[in-house]
Amino acid sequence: MALTYDLSPAPDLSAFLKQRPGGQPSLDLLVTGARCAACLGKIERETAAVKGVTGARLNLTTGKLSVTFDDLPSADPGAVIATLDRLGYPASPFDPDQAAEARDREGRQLILCLAVAAFGAMNTMMFSVPLWAGLFGQELGPATRVVMQWWCALVATPCVLYAGRPFFASAWRSLKARRANMDVPISIGVLLTLGISFSETILRGRDAYFDAAISLLFLLLIGRWLDHQLKARARSAAADLLALQAPAAVVVSVDGTEHRRPIGEVRVGDMLIVRPGERVPVDSLVESGSAELDTSLLTGETTVRQARPGQVCRAGVLNLTGVLRLQALARSEDSAVAAIARMVEAGAQSKSKYVQLADRAAQVYVPVVHTAAALTFAAGWALGLGPREALLRAVAVLIITCPCALGLAVPAVQVAASARLFRRGVLVKSGAALERLAEINHVVFDKTGVLTEGRPQLLDAPAPVVALAAPLARASIHPLAKALAEEAGAGPMADEVVEHPGLGVEGVIAGRRARLGRAEFVGAPAPESLETELWFGFEGETKIRFRFSDRLRSDAAETVAALKAMGLTVEVLSGDTQMAVAAAADAAGIGQRRGGLTPIGKADAIDVLQSGGHKVLMVGDGLNDTAALARAHAAMAPGSALDASQNAADLVFSGERLGAVVEAITAARQARRLALQNFGFAAAYNAVAAPAAMLGLVNPFLAALAMSGSSLVVTLNALRLRSAK
Amino acid sequence: MNIFMMLAPMSVFLGLIGIGAFWWTLSHGQYDDPAGDAARILLDDTDGPLP
Repeated sequence: MALTYDLSPAPDLSAFLKQRPGGQPSLDLLVTGARCAACLGKIERETAAVKGVTGARLNLTTGKLSVTFDDLPSADPGAVIATLDRLGYPASPFDPDQAAEARDREGRQLILCLAVAAFGAMNTMMFSVPLWAGLFGQELGPATRVVMQWWCALVATPCVLYAGRPFFASAWRSLKARRANMDVPISIGVLLTLGISFSETILRGRDAYFDAAISLLFLLLIGRWLDHQLKARARSAAADLLALQAPAAVVVSVDGTEHRRPIGEVRVGDMLIVRPGERVPVDSLVESGSAELDTSLLTGETTVRQARPGQVCRAGVLNLTGVLRLQALARSEDSAVAAIARMVEAGAQSKSKYVQLADRAAQVYVPVVHTAAALTFAAGWALGLGPREALLRAVAVLIITCPCALGLAVPAVQVAASARLFRRGVLVKSGAALERLAEINHVVFDKTGVLTEGRPQLLDAPAPVVALAAPLARASIHPLAKALAEEAGAGPMADEVVEHPGLGVEGVIAGRRARLGRAEFVGAPAPESLETELWFGFEGETKIRFRFSDRLRSDAAETVAALKAMGLTVEVLSGDTQMAVAAAADAAGIGQRRGGLTPIGKADAIDVLQSGGHKVLMVGDGLNDTAALARAHAAMAPGSALDASQNAADLVFSGERLGAVVEAITAARQARRLALQNFGFAAAYNAVAAPAAMLGLVNPFLAALAMSGSSLVVTLNALRLRSAK
Repeated sequence: MNIFMMLAPMSVFLGLIGIGAFWWTLSHGQYDDPAGDAARILLDDTDGPLP
């Protein structure tokens, strides 16, 4: 739950400036909306024209603009952001150290391995084709065959040893942890194949499988790389969001000067200043000043709260109206927000224990295949084949059953599914998230910002009345007044405007004095003043009431009905009052609802549901949802959600439509069905190929054909997901 | 057979050159911003070499 108030803060951004030793100060910005060459040219030209800027370069792929300045005193990040805003590209600063540059070292390693494997597979093939021809009675003398085999060995061996490193390393790690993942049979198979092929070549045998070893790695690396790309893209999006969080608090020293400090350096007893539009950095006591606070982030309440001297403010609360002087009561890591962050971490840890489909398949597959190979060797020897022939057959079993199709089965499907969802505005953070999403049977919605739009909106007021109050509303920064002004559109502003914090705004419209605000301030005879209404009146005249409400998303009811039709149960968990929750839940058609929950209460409710056998999908957007998001089996957050929530969620959907939830679940279920189909295919293939290998019917040509054929079938099956409705 | 003994190492050598070139592009950040590089070619060079 988070209400977004349309405030335009002008925070000091100098904390984002970076100066490398001996270099110019620089600033990194995340720019949204840049798509084409014209955008790129305009952004770089206009940014470079800002005073003090020496250079600007935009990375169109990632949307990151890096700006260098002349020297520190003349650097003005605010001017750069204002320029970009004027051009129509909203920008926000971020800390590139946090969006770790080193993250893609692994990706670079994988693509190099893939390139080496491709080189090896192609060049080995050049020598293998004559060998295969020899298998079918074409002219190939033993001397030529040995030469060809040695060439194969020469090219394939170094390539296998290099390109296989990701598999060897992972298999070694998993063996040390006394578990068997898919990389164990791959590594054993590949290394054994190399060994047996060398011995065959030396002994002048026919069956050297150098080409099989390297092309196996090539196909597997494609799957591995697809999987990595999927994760890396989502991770970088998440890291950018994390880096966007404001790192600074304004601390007032004894002599009255203000300094910007990282939140982590704020000490207990420090004096802080929090201006409108800023969040309270740590738990603190109000020393002076008064303001209206948006606590929706922490408690889920939609009503605005009043802050007065002597009151305690929790970290993360948004200051809406006045300047507050605060005394820090806790350090950042002891604040209320930090407790939620720890719960999120715990949730993420429990999620990482989730065993993915492919690994579960490996747990069955590995023992079966290795037993079959061992049996082939033992039985072959016992039945009088001789150790060399028996070993060759055992290796043929390992090669032909090597989980090429299995390695591709899941990543190919997940990449196709997340590409499809990405086109519909849903970002999938990992393949495991899709698998978990396919398993859920209970959906929990947060109210404000998820079921509803999360913005206060004026309820049916006649246009002439709105126009009457609009001049005063335009002069105010209060969220409700802003909603009123938005309804009225552009127009004149009142004169002699005085804002009374916590009460309302007073001014002169066309020569007459008028007030807009709380009932008692305007002088209305209201018995009690509700937070979701504004009163307006000219001096000595009848007072008018404006009521506001948070509107339901247009497709909320439709989405809930669709979820129920899929056989899922739906529930609302909110921190807002019972009455407000009931109204929204009724409108959306949800029977189960609970209100007045604390952030911890929400997470506990999820735990109770899950221990009762439910697999819960949590859809939430506020800080009070993050713990619940992290605990739930699967989690989604709208793109308008708080950064912390987007980080805790598995999927992030953009746009106004809640229907994305239905689309995501449908795609996840389809993906699981296709992955299981692929497993089924791989099993059927092995059921035919393994006995054939045991009987010695497999030669290097058939092995190569079967391997690439099965991988192709699995990939094509995964691609069906792209065309599916 | 003699011609084979010359051509085989040559083709492997050409393949190695390809891998080396790929490694070079990778380590010189040629794939960092494919969309931007495609767009930049359409811009007029008014401000000299970019940083």
